[in-house]
Amino acid sequence: MSSELEISFILNGQARSLIVAPSAVALSVLRDDFDLTAAKKACGEGECGACTIIVDGASVCSCILYAADLDGRNVQTVEGLDAGDTLDPVQAAFIETGAVQCGYCTPGMVMQIKHLLAENPDPDEAAIRRGLEGNICRCTGYSKIIDAVKSAAITMRAG
Amino acid sequence: MPWLKFMAATRSRSGFNMNEIANYIAVDTIEEAAETLAAGPVTVLAGGTDLMLQTEAGTRSYAATLMNIRRVAELRGVGLEDGSLTIGALTTVSDLLADPIIGAHCPILAETADQFASPQIRNMASIGGNICNASPAGDLLVPLIALGAEVALVSKADGALHSRRMPVEEFVIGPGASKLGDTEILTFVHIPSQDGAAGAFRKFGPRPALEIAIAAVAVTGRIEDGKFAHMRVAFGAVAPTPVRGRAVEAALEDKPATDETINAALAATDADISPIDDVRASAWYRRHLIRTLTQEILADVFRA
Ligand SMILES: Cc1cc2nc3c(=O)[nH]c(=O)nc-3n(C[C@H](O)[C@H](O)[C@H](O)COP(=O)(O)OP(=O)(O)OC[C@H]3O[C@@H](n4cnc5c(N)ncnc54)[C@H](O)[C@@H]3O)c2cc1C
Ligand code: FES
Ligand code: FES
Repeated sequence: MSSELEISFILNGQARSLIVAPSAVALSVLRDDFDLTAAKKACGEGECGACTIIVDGASVCSCILYAADLDGRNVQTVEGLDAGDTLDPVQAAFIETGAVQCGYCTPGMVMQIKHLLAENPDPDEAAIRRGLEGNICRCTGYSKIIDAVKSAAITMRAG
Repeated sequence: MPWLKFMAATRSRSGFNMNEIANYIAVDTIEEAAETLAAGPVTVLAGGTDLMLQTEAGTRSYAATLMNIRRVAELRGVGLEDGSLTIGALTTVSDLLADPIIGAHCPILAETADQFASPQIRNMASIGGNICNASPAGDLLVPLIALGAEVALVSKADGALHSRRMPVEEFVIGPGASKLGDTEILTFVHIPSQDGAAGAFRKFGPRPALEIAIAAVAVTGRIEDGKFAHMRVAFGAVAPTPVRGRAVEAALEDKPATDETINAALAATDADISPIDDVRASAWYRRHLIRTLTQEILADVFRA
């Protein structure tokens, strides 16, 4: 006998429901059931940040998050950031500074940076490095990513 | 009709076949949690950062009931009364880092939180989960032992809630093993008033972030009339559980705060620990690190 449960949550601003197994992983549900493939599975162990999403305002690794725990929560992924043709300032800054190489780490980086800038709108370089310590870029494009955070922070503070 | 699959009651495509869980329940109160545990067997889910990895790796299997306690609001947050702190089991490591009461009355816990994993894991991981996971390298256990912290364990029997308290130092008994009963939930961590004592936590791993400690040290106490006083010391990752440094404490207590005393305390570290060789570090290196980290704390923090 195995159980299942219905979870209902806000996903990128829209109410969603789904029946899941209690042990289901949030990342798989986002990717396989909602076709939101921005969040990536790389390590699957919480070590690399490629799967970072924001749940109730806090960045988390969706690869080690129980889908059951999404019930009743407000979930944001990169897919919810842009408003039609207008990119989020963090996305725009990645393009402007050339912070994307293969792009595998990018969605997780962007979501972690959203969280970082929400907590600290004017981070210095040390704070940016600390803020991104859970995100690994295999292409090692860290300098440009840090530039992108600085640039996005300026845009966002300007309003 | 792609939108159809977003209507209520769609079944997920993943996860059902590996699922041995017969019941899932998300409880709202301590009492409900204790009732569910009494009807057991139950696997408790808090942040899930240990549980998910252990079950996915197959080193641990689920009990028939998976109980999610994350919605028990009374279990998250920090309270202060007469200098003593009460920390709810669901308080996250990020909460410890940001909480003004912790910052003012127990900064060593914020300092430990700052060296814990990464921002994302800190947002998920709970203090109760760190204690119950009982890892020899569990970071929070080290300062909690030095602080003389106690855990409150609650169960329900014969229609009534029962609570017992025990020092963290006694609670953890081996790698992954604790005195938590099958029907108990860890509700609160109590930290006695530190009365303005100083303290510091240092851990060492090959890189600063996302590192399991290969050695960790916490020291609390103060210098009174030029002497070490009320000294409490704990070590992590150098024994089957984080351990109290009683030999070091004895070497420090009531002794003048001099290099000579510190050297005697460093020589005493060997008696307190029983490190092993493993893939992450040799026993010899762990002993060396414990001396180095202890020296750093005693010289830099206490005599600065
Ligand atoms: C990438 C990564 C990095 C990490 N880095 C660190 C680190 O730097 N330092 C460190 O110490 N740890 C680290 N950890 C381990 C882990 O994050 C911590 O141990 C964390 O505090 C566990 O809390 P949780 O809420 O996620 O626990 P869970 O995984 O939900 O639970 C852990 C265990 O405790 C039990 N449990 C939880 N809460 C209760 C309760 N209130 N009552 C009874 N039983 C309970 C569960 O049943 C389970 O057995 C890391 C983990 C990952 C994945
Ligand atoms: S895939 Fe989740 S942290 Fe690496
Ligand atoms: S751009 Fe390739 S992993 Fe970061």
